[in-house]
Amino acid sequence: MAVCIAVIAKENYPLYIRSTPMENELKFHYMVHTSLDVVDEKISAMGKALVDQRELYLGLLYPTEDYKVYGYVTNSKVKFVMVVDSSNTALRDNEIRSMFRKLHNSYTDVMCNPFYNPGDPIQSRAFDSMVTSMMIQVC
Amino acid sequence: MADEALFLLLHNEMVSGVYKSAEQGEVENGRCITKLENMGFRVGQGLIERFTKDTARFKDELDIMKFICKDFWTTVFKKQIDNLRTNHQGIYVLQDNKFRLLTQMSAGKQYLEHASKYLAFTCGLIRGGLSNLGIKSIVTAEVSSMPACKFKAH
Repeated sequence: MAVCIAVIAKENYPLYIRSTPMENELKFHYMVHTSLDVVDEKISAMGKALVDQRELYLGLLYPTEDYKVYGYVTNSKVKFVMVVDSSNTALRDNEIRSMFRKLHNSYTDVMCNPFYNPGDPIQSRAFDSMVTSMMIQVC
Repeated sequence: MADEALFLLLHNEMVSGVYKSAEQGEVENGRCITKLENMGFRVGQGLIERFTKDTARFKDELDIMKFICKDFWTTVFKKQIDNLRTNHQGIYVLQDNKFRLLTQMSAGKQYLEHASKYLAFTCGLIRGGLSNLGIKSIVTAEVSSMPACKFKAH
């Protein structure tokens, strides 16, 4: 359902990027990179505007002609960015939220793994399989 | 109630284990405290990730310190910090009057000099938690009389 999923560390370098192998990956890397600016804007704007309840989920960052990009920030300033196909209109906000929840849960598990040093690229196979299950394309 | 005892006993063994292994190698006492503190650091990072999964975002440093005093301390030590003081310039003092890890040792001034070993892990815990939330800090602990102790973060 999702076309590309990225986990970006606090210092704004990617810990994990996965995209469906059909398209060229560079395009997705670029999209994720540009979406970081939007994420930062949303985080800093929240300080001035009213503090809203569901502060972790950022929602739709920006739509392009083919894709929509969604963002989510954890309390430890790790960002999750998800790119979905625009043609998939059946995807609702709740589903995106639940996908981010699952991502966050898996990321927490990776963090608590004693063999993982925070700041390294994520190499856990459990995390990989969870991301693959979210990216299974029907076609 | 048994699960509290588990962590207490494990922690005590951990401290004595690190010191025993140090006796064969280097004799530097400072190294052991650093090792314990680094252990606490890594554990703190993972713990904070788990605990902040569902809470709302923090507005500022004071919010983060309050969270550490209330939720974090409650989850780890089953009680809250008794006193939090700040000078609003980045120094926070957390005071716990009945620190769980020290209640079993003594109720006054006995064994005071050994207390610092047992506090190193908790200092690292706080430092790891803060660093994962984006605050670089140095955490020190002081004990004037057991089992009360103060943690200073700046």
